[in-house]
Amino acid sequence: MTEKLTLTGLSTRPAQTWGGVRLVPLVRDEPIEDLRLDARLHDDPGLDEDPRGHYDGPGLDVVEIGRRDHYISYIPHAFVATWTSDGTPAAAYGTQLRDAAKDGPAPRRMPLRFHRRMARREDRNRLRFMPQHLAMEGYLALHFGGPEIAWKEWSHRAISRGLSPRVEEAYTGTQVRGLADALRVFEIHPGQCGVVVYAADALAAAFVVPHPADYRALHATLVHDLYGELIHHYATLTMPVPDFRARIADAEVRSLADLRAAARHQTEEWAAFHDRFMAAGLLGPEYTYQRVYTMGRYRLSRFLPPFERRRENHIGELITDENGRLAYLKTFRLSENQVRRGHLLTELAACDWNLAATAAALGVTEPELGLRIEGAGFGHLLRQDVLDRYRAHARRSGRTR
Amino acid sequence: MTAESTETFADLVAAEDVLLFVNAAITSTGQREFHSGEDEQGLSLGFLHEYLLGNYRDLYAATLALDVNDHNAALIIRNLLVTAGEADPERRRAEGRLIARRLALLPPPRVYRLFRELRRARINNRRTRAIMRDWLAARPDLAFDAVKYRGAVKTAFRHAHLEPRGELGTFLFAPRRKAAYATPILESWRQAHYRQEAIYDLPYTVAEGFAAKHGIPRAAFLERIAPRLTRLERLRLQESARALKADAVRADLTAMPLTRLASYVLGLPPDDRVRRRAELTEALRAAARRTAGEQAGRWGRVAAVLDDSFSAYGSAQKRRRPLAVALACHFLLEALASRYTPLWLSGRSDALLVRPYGATPLGERVLDALELGPERLVIVSDGWDNAPPGLAGEVLRIWRTRLDPDGACGVVHLNPVYDAASFDVRRLVPGVPSAGIRDAENLVALVELARFAEGRTGLPELRAHLAHRVTDFLDAEPPETAGRVADEGDPAAGAAGEDVRRTPREDARRTPGEGT
Repeated sequence: MTEKLTLTGLSTRPAQTWGGVRLVPLVRDEPIEDLRLDARLHDDPGLDEDPRGHYDGPGLDVVEIGRRDHYISYIPHAFVATWTSDGTPAAAYGTQLRDAAKDGPAPRRMPLRFHRRMARREDRNRLRFMPQHLAMEGYLALHFGGPEIAWKEWSHRAISRGLSPRVEEAYTGTQVRGLADALRVFEIHPGQCGVVVYAADALAAAFVVPHPADYRALHATLVHDLYGELIHHYATLTMPVPDFRARIADAEVRSLADLRAAARHQTEEWAAFHDRFMAAGLLGPEYTYQRVYTMGRYRLSRFLPPFERRRENHIGELITDENGRLAYLKTFRLSENQVRRGHLLTELAACDWNLAATAAALGVTEPELGLRIEGAGFGHLLRQDVLDRYRAHARRSGRTR
Repeated sequence: MTAESTETFADLVAAEDVLLFVNAAITSTGQREFHSGEDEQGLSLGFLHEYLLGNYRDLYAATLALDVNDHNAALIIRNLLVTAGEADPERRRAEGRLIARRLALLPPPRVYRLFRELRRARINNRRTRAIMRDWLAARPDLAFDAVKYRGAVKTAFRHAHLEPRGELGTFLFAPRRKAAYATPILESWRQAHYRQEAIYDLPYTVAEGFAAKHGIPRAAFLERIAPRLTRLERLRLQESARALKADAVRADLTAMPLTRLASYVLGLPPDDRVRRRAELTEALRAAARRTAGEQAGRWGRVAAVLDDSFSAYGSAQKRRRPLAVALACHFLLEALASRYTPLWLSGRSDALLVRPYGATPLGERVLDALELGPERLVIVSDGWDNAPPGLAGEVLRIWRTRLDPDGACGVVHLNPVYDAASFDVRRLVPGVPSAGIRDAENLVALVELARFAEGRTGLPELRAHLAHRVTDFLDAEPPETAGRVADEGDPAAGAAGEDVRRTPREDARRTPGEGT
């Protein structure tokens, strides 16, 4: 099923810029109370380091969350915390929904081994995302399970493990120039539940959570998040982006009431402009959704873009309620190379990983497709002898030509 | 341009430059701010100092008479002394008076730090030495200084070629040589090395070190050192002492300066603020009334837009400073106005519970304020209008040009934060004056100065205003030191400022002695 992404229940507020980074706050008129960040993340003492941590609004403090009788909790993908009793940190693998009342088993996770530098940071036990490329790699592996039918061309490894050990290039937020400062000086709106991050006015990521308290807890972690190489380059090369400053025409104002109306019009105009034009690359395309899990009235899905080349392509995860209201969203913008790879994988998946059928669908010969797979970095998925045959075929045809 | 025909373009630029500098010198302390780091602040400020010193030396020196903060006052004095050779004798004499007067007002640690900087910069002409000598001579109790700021006093004496008289010299340069001191505080210091009782006669900062050496529990130490605490130490330690149940440490809140008190209140957790509401409100009101003085109740209908957005948090170095200024202004305006309406950006109405939180919808709040039809509108904000950006500027511009062209409502923007990138405080719109503010206590004077920033008054008026302030500043000398500083303390007295009548060594004998 394909469908557009909508920011139901969220309204856009004026952007705040810092250098080349523009952050657009998304405010929820009514916070979602029965879906909350997992309490184990809220209990994290690292939260107190942030001056914002002390300033949660009335009724949003951690203790109260712990006391709530029944709610569903979620754990964002790649979130590092101590999930098990043995005290080792691990990263959540895929966003997960849980029943907060029950003390269920530890979430699906990947144990982490830190290098020395990481270990020191881990001592501070701060909320953070998984380091390096793990998260991105995990994303693609989650989205593409690998061949479902064991066609003879696929290697043993591809069938048993899927695409798992793929490494995708991505940069942490700390490497994106200006992002850390932009997040630091950003003034969180009351009721804010999400943000859209732009670097040089290219949409880098959208992030939405159910409740303002969750957002405040997670705001600083956006800097540990991952961003594609496109965003990294844009942020490095860009000049400071200008503010969209309010402009009111003198002529039409005759009283304070006129002035107020004009001011309100400015705000509305900006929201409409943002949703229609600036976020068009995210909200415009039709996405393919894959339902992962349903708990209570909430449904966790992953979505894939159409993989159209030379267009914005975002992948991500989202949680919606039964009315389609967006509760949680996290997106990652793919780079052009990733889009090409994604395109190839989608075609393969559409043809049930049958090479001949896919080659026909793409209008190329089977050996050409094989080399394309290798060129895209998936060579290890094909059986070695099959790949060799393709190579030999290419050499032969090259000589005859 | 509506400038008079006699006024040249250069004059306008000069007036603008001076106001720029004054704004910077009032607000910036070279410390980290919410939006810019320490380096940026220092670099930007350093440039302004050099620029003004190079171009308008007389005006630069005159700013010492304004409410520039201590950090900048010390910088100005240092810069004037470094470049003394560039000024003629007449100029130097005038500068000498300003410097001596300002030094007398600066807190002693600040002055000692300045002396150290002079030593580091290798500035050691007779003029500088004379200034140091006179300042030291005016200290009420040098023995106390010698105990409290030992290294600094030693450096100052050494740098100014002064010879401390009697025991003081021994104490500073060979403290262990004497078996006993006649001066009580020096003797206490000696005894504090082995006798716990003696440390309670020492200044708190010195006693603290001895307490650690003797392993005295913190609570017991605070309980007994309480009588020796200064006013601000008392305020600072009150909360931690309370936690240790050392109840002797009690600050008299009603006697505290307004902005300092506001900072203290904002440092308390919300629950404490609610519990002590009556006490805190009364203290803030009392401080505000004291500050307002005879102006109390004379400002008519006043509306204030006060910034409590997240950026009012300031930085770890200047914690909640912008918010404290806003809170102090709130109470001061309440005392000044006959009818007063505060409008916090967050929409909060309980001023005591403000906290830095949320965005800055300045435009909307200014509209709310203008709808009340006040005689004066005071905006206290760092000027980072962001929801939406620039709306406050637009609202004020249209208000000024179309809705209130006669200026029936006086609008002033007071900004507690120096914007390093623009070399000024951030402005909202050209038609509305923006002035830097560091302490709410200066609000009345700043609103007066702000009219220069409106661009209607030029350099002659500004010069006249500065001259007036300089005269007031020099005349306001406290009677006990006035004579000495004016006559002998003028380092530039006589031709070329080199004619200091006594050699430093002679003068040292006159240094008021130990413990009198």
